[in-house]
Amino acid sequence: MDILLQLIVSGIAVGGVYALIALGFVLIYKATSIINFATGEFMMIGAYFFYTFMVMAGLPPIPSFLLVMLCSALLGLFVERAILRHMLGQPTISIVMVTIGLSSILMGLAEMIWSTDFKSFPALFPRAPVIIGDIIVRSNLFWGFVVAMLAVIIFALLFKYAKVGVAMRATAGDQMAAFSMGINVRSMFTVAWSMGAIAAALGGVIIGNIGGIQPTLGSIGLKIFPVVILGGLDSIAGAVVGGFIVGLVENIAGGYLDPYVGGGVKDLAPFVVLVLILFIKPYGLFGKQDIERL
Amino acid sequence: MATQPILSVEEISLSFGGLNVLSEVSFQVNPGEIFAIIGPNGAGKTSILNCIGGFYRPSAGRILFGGEDITRTSPDRRAARGLARTFQNIALFRGMTVLDNIKLGAHAHLRTGLLSALMYWGPAHREEMALRERVEHEVIDFLEIEPIRKQAVGSLAYGLQKRVELARALAMEPKVLLMDEPVAGMNAEETEDMARFVLDIKEERDITIVLIEHDMNVIMDISDRVMVVNFGQKIAEGTPDEVQHHPEVIKAYLGEKKG
Repeated sequence: MDILLQLIVSGIAVGGVYALIALGFVLIYKATSIINFATGEFMMIGAYFFYTFMVMAGLPPIPSFLLVMLCSALLGLFVERAILRHMLGQPTISIVMVTIGLSSILMGLAEMIWSTDFKSFPALFPRAPVIIGDIIVRSNLFWGFVVAMLAVIIFALLFKYAKVGVAMRATAGDQMAAFSMGINVRSMFTVAWSMGAIAAALGGVIIGNIGGIQPTLGSIGLKIFPVVILGGLDSIAGAVVGGFIVGLVENIAGGYLDPYVGGGVKDLAPFVVLVLILFIKPYGLFGKQDIERL
Repeated sequence: MATQPILSVEEISLSFGGLNVLSEVSFQVNPGEIFAIIGPNGAGKTSILNCIGGFYRPSAGRILFGGEDITRTSPDRRAARGLARTFQNIALFRGMTVLDNIKLGAHAHLRTGLLSALMYWGPAHREEMALRERVEHEVIDFLEIEPIRKQAVGSLAYGLQKRVELARALAMEPKVLLMDEPVAGMNAEETEDMARFVLDIKEERDITIVLIEHDMNVIMDISDRVMVVNFGQKIAEGTPDEVQHHPEVIKAYLGEKKG
């Protein structure tokens, strides 16, 4: 029983971080209907930004964190303005290919700039594990979860109440109507890419802080697909719930089954559950019903 | 009396590929009138509205709004200048409540920079409260949608959704309101309500209305002037009565007499 509880708690903690990265995906999809296959690389680059500011430039953690947000926002802005804006009106599959290409480019750039060596951050949080009742949670995981949840809440509030969030929702709802309301739809695309990049980068910093960073860190981004497809590509609440489900499933399945099969269940389980859920609810748990098929 | 037209469309042409959708269409709309555009299906009526609204850019000609050339202005800037629009197929934000939809219309006026738009508290909040009050009185009460203001738009009956869309456009406090088939698909009672609202808007609000409609009874009842288009060309313009008896119009609608 203790083991189960332990697995549940770490599953929730990891799930919270997945939720944040998935949010980065959903924000972009919602406003622009673009499936961003480079979400994982945005995350990885974010982690390297943090490494650059904190380790290479020697800045304190909080300024480094803020600079990561700024640089990621600029990265999102650049990607939207320089690349995706020109793809407007192209078939979905072409745009998807562009984001896949983008992910390779970002990974290559990371290797060129920061080399392929494994890197890690100095301790950001007190090292002592956090103890809740009988449960022990690794300090980096616990605080990572706290930061991720704070970020998710701030993003959700912005999206719901701030003017720019309302304008983004309007753009997501109906572009023509948004235009006729005086909303500058194109600048909303830019905002969505910037916010999406920030969310992914924050997730990257948290993941990097837990397990260190490498240019291949972005492959964790693949796990975002079960999360967002579970939750529905365009649902913020879905991203959060999907994040928790994937975190729980991989931890519990990994914890119980790995000893029998010799590992690897953790990476497989979310996709198995994903396929099962899609059998029952093809549009995800919270998704709208007209998502195009690829 | 030489009042300056509030909206002036000068010889606009529009083509998609090799297909001429509009050819040299010109008309002027005077302040405070209801100007109707009619014509058979596919005549180019919605394309005209889309040119005025900024979604299509005419290949030739220009469009003046309040004397200023807006031919190259983006749709959102046109909206901010006082051009509101309702759509043939309702274009509401379905997940939001009626009130949120309407407030979005009013937000067109609170155009602040991106950074200050991120701030919700302080002056922005006060502005928001004033906005809410104005919307309550001048739009919600006016269109008699008080009881449904907290409901999600998607759950409303079709006629009510159309009314909410009108409310959202009114909240923008436009100078000119473009309406694409405001009574299409409505039953008799809903149609009558909508016609009454359109007349009230014109009379009480000082808003000029350009509308497309298929319902001839409505057109003849409420319009001041009517323009008829067919195959992308203007074929007649005048009072409802004049237009009704215009030979070209009869031809367009009923076909040519054989023999």
